[in-house]
Amino acid sequence: MSAVMTTQTPPRSLLGAKGWAGVMAAVATVVVLVPILNLLVPEGSLFHLSDYAVSLIGKIMCYAICALAMDLIWGYTGILSLGHGLFFALGGYGMGMYLMRQIGRDGNYKSDLPDFMVFLDWKELPWAWTFSDSFVFQMALVVLVPGLLALVFGYFAFRSRIKGVYFSIITQAMTFAAMLLFFRNETGFGGNNGFTDFKRILDIPLAQPSTRMTLFVLTGLTLIGCYLLARWIVGSKYGRVLQAIRDAETRVMFTGYDPLAYKLSIWTFSAVMCGVAGALYVPQVGIINPGEMSAAASIEIAIWTAVGGRATLIGPILGAFFVNGAKSWFTQVFPEFWLYFLGALFIAVTLFLPRGIVGLFDKFSSAAKKETRA
Amino acid sequence: MALLASVAHALTPDQAAAIAIGDTDARIAALNRSAADADPELIPFVRALLDGEVKTADGKVYVVQGDKTAPDTAEDVINNNRMRGALEAALGALKLVSPDVQVRTEALDELRKQSLEEAQLPLIEKAYAAETDAALKARLELMRATILITATDPAKRLAAAQSLAGSSEPAVKSLIQERLAPGAETDNAVRGALMTAQAAVEGRLAWGERLGVVFTGVSLGSILLLVALGLAITYGLMGVINMAHGELMMIGAYATYLVQDLFRQVLPGLFDWYIVLAIPASFAVAALVGAVLERTVIRWLYGRPLETLLATWGISLVLMQGVRTLFGAQNVAVENPSWLSGGVQVMSNLILPYNRLAIIAFAFLVLGGVTLMINRTRLGLFVRGVTQNRRMAACVGINTARIDTYAFSLGAGIAGLAGCALSQVGNVGPDLGQSYIVDAFMVVVTGGVGQLAGTVYAALGLGLLNKFLEGFAGAVLAKIMVLVCIVVFIQKRPQGLFAMKGRSAEA
Repeated sequence: MSAVMTTQTPPRSLLGAKGWAGVMAAVATVVVLVPILNLLVPEGSLFHLSDYAVSLIGKIMCYAICALAMDLIWGYTGILSLGHGLFFALGGYGMGMYLMRQIGRDGNYKSDLPDFMVFLDWKELPWAWTFSDSFVFQMALVVLVPGLLALVFGYFAFRSRIKGVYFSIITQAMTFAAMLLFFRNETGFGGNNGFTDFKRILDIPLAQPSTRMTLFVLTGLTLIGCYLLARWIVGSKYGRVLQAIRDAETRVMFTGYDPLAYKLSIWTFSAVMCGVAGALYVPQVGIINPGEMSAAASIEIAIWTAVGGRATLIGPILGAFFVNGAKSWFTQVFPEFWLYFLGALFIAVTLFLPRGIVGLFDKFSSAAKKETRA
Repeated sequence: MALLASVAHALTPDQAAAIAIGDTDARIAALNRSAADADPELIPFVRALLDGEVKTADGKVYVVQGDKTAPDTAEDVINNNRMRGALEAALGALKLVSPDVQVRTEALDELRKQSLEEAQLPLIEKAYAAETDAALKARLELMRATILITATDPAKRLAAAQSLAGSSEPAVKSLIQERLAPGAETDNAVRGALMTAQAAVEGRLAWGERLGVVFTGVSLGSILLLVALGLAITYGLMGVINMAHGELMMIGAYATYLVQDLFRQVLPGLFDWYIVLAIPASFAVAALVGAVLERTVIRWLYGRPLETLLATWGISLVLMQGVRTLFGAQNVAVENPSWLSGGVQVMSNLILPYNRLAIIAFAFLVLGGVTLMINRTRLGLFVRGVTQNRRMAACVGINTARIDTYAFSLGAGIAGLAGCALSQVGNVGPDLGQSYIVDAFMVVVTGGVGQLAGTVYAALGLGLLNKFLEGFAGAVLAKIMVLVCIVVFIQKRPQGLFAMKGRSAEA
């Protein structure tokens, strides 16, 4: 059927000329400009980019991937997930397990086992850790665990036609249950301390500037790749069905489509994106703990998307940068006012900016156009 | 003879001296010898010893009480902890033979708390022989058995084991377990009797445990009911996802804290009754905040539940941080009124705390009030009308915007009441609401939207299920299992226990 469609409407190019120029500029910034400003420009120079700034931007780019994933499921399909923090954390834990094994005997207890296991007096690795010394296997887990969980959970939820707020609430319950589970020491993932004190990845020390920069570049390229992929999905016929489901699900059903497959596939894809973001996040930030699974973390992903502008793809990326940039500024300058600001942002965006920053920008540019015409 | 005058006449000076002078072992032996005679006149002397009113000089004993004095050379009798323990045990044992039933009962209660020693056996035997009250005699027999279970004569041990079977004390259960440990009891007949006794005691204790699980389950259920009742109105009837519901509870709890503080400073005499003012205060404050929220934020978001979810989450952040700014991030102390502390002992291993009982009663009172309000008052009629058909309700002249405000602030006020109740059993801090919000939504979702009855069944059911699973799996796993159960249940019945019947294609 899709073959028929493509012959009827000639394939639109993914981006316009301006768009490709923007993507190229982003790639150049991530791959060339930031490494040069950070590594080659001497410290103290006006153009030097500090390590702190690099790690902050790297962290926010991981968040931006999550916001993109949220936009696909919420902005384009109309399903608000309060479980994306869980998928993010699961990806992070998958990477964290490998990083814990990479510590080797350099931990505080000089044991083959990770420190927290020695502390709990365990003699061997739990079953979940069987292949944790293999990078390839753990990276497969980063994709498979969030993906499978989302697939199974989503299948049952969408099959029973749970939607809207109900779906949001049961995803929140799922995340809450997982958080309680990971807080237990007996679960085998470090309890409430989680994983930290990582030393190296693929036998290369993490503290080395080149390693950090490699991770940064990888994250940036992943973000750009995810953006292009999302762009392609949204522009395809599949993406149009998703938007139709968002706007009138029953009508989509009456015209002969089965929303289950569409919803389930985008939901699973979105979860995997979050998992990958989590795996990129952990080596850069150096810690993962069950706090990432709290209800607040998942809702914040939604607010990044909403602030930037739902159902636009550049919006969630801008939103993630804006909210998290504001967060790091507030927590340094006025720590006690951060929650006031965040709370006000939640209220203001839902009341006054339903289309987010991008909508605001569009409004101004169209107003400017009118003025020039007049 | 001043000496004889100051000491009880039935106690010879030699006996008194033996108890007061010498090394601890000899004194305890002398004490138990004298106590075995079950002479009630020994009581004042033992009391005086415990109160440090006995002095000795040259082998003579003086009791220094009131105008009675001792020679200047007299020294205080020093009682170490072991001696004090023996004295207290002897005092308790002596009371056992008092002619007053009340005193004997109290003495038995006292004696139960201490570990009994072989040396006290003669006295208990004596009390047992003299006891006329059947209930007290049974208890004495048990006590006698706990001592005799280690006797050297197998026949005595056998008899003791048989009488232990009548006990329902957790202490007896562990005593039997101790005796059944390998090497402790060698006689096979006695072992057999002990096993029978163990089964009997455990069976009786198991009932206490089972009832305990039911009680804590109902108690948790009543808390969940209070927490979810407000949500059942805002979410169930109005379709508003109020993520700030937990923070409205927190506001109720802080209102209780302020009222309590006010009473402590202004009316310390009436402190026990601060709760009477705290209940309406917590309702009013939370309802007021709710009304303001509805007027300023929520009314713009009707029909857009996902947006309401985000906006109310933002409100909850602001409220939490506001409370932190005003009261500090630490928990504040809310003291129970004295009539709510303590509990009623139903069985040896089952105590029902008064504050839990009060919350169960309170939850059902609030439930009754809300039911009456929804079903019997004009406001309730309007709320139901607006819920069922907003435009029709507007057409017949109902000011729907005002009804929305009233209904939302009613839900908020009930959240405030829940906060007031929670302040009596848990910590009051800025995070109070966060720990209950997920549970509250689970209750409403399980119960079914738009039905108060569903909320009641779901709250009690989830409370009982949670406590029941806790017995097997521990608190955290039980909670996880309950959440998984709910998620599975929602798959089966997406509309909850009690679904609103309708013919709309949209669920």
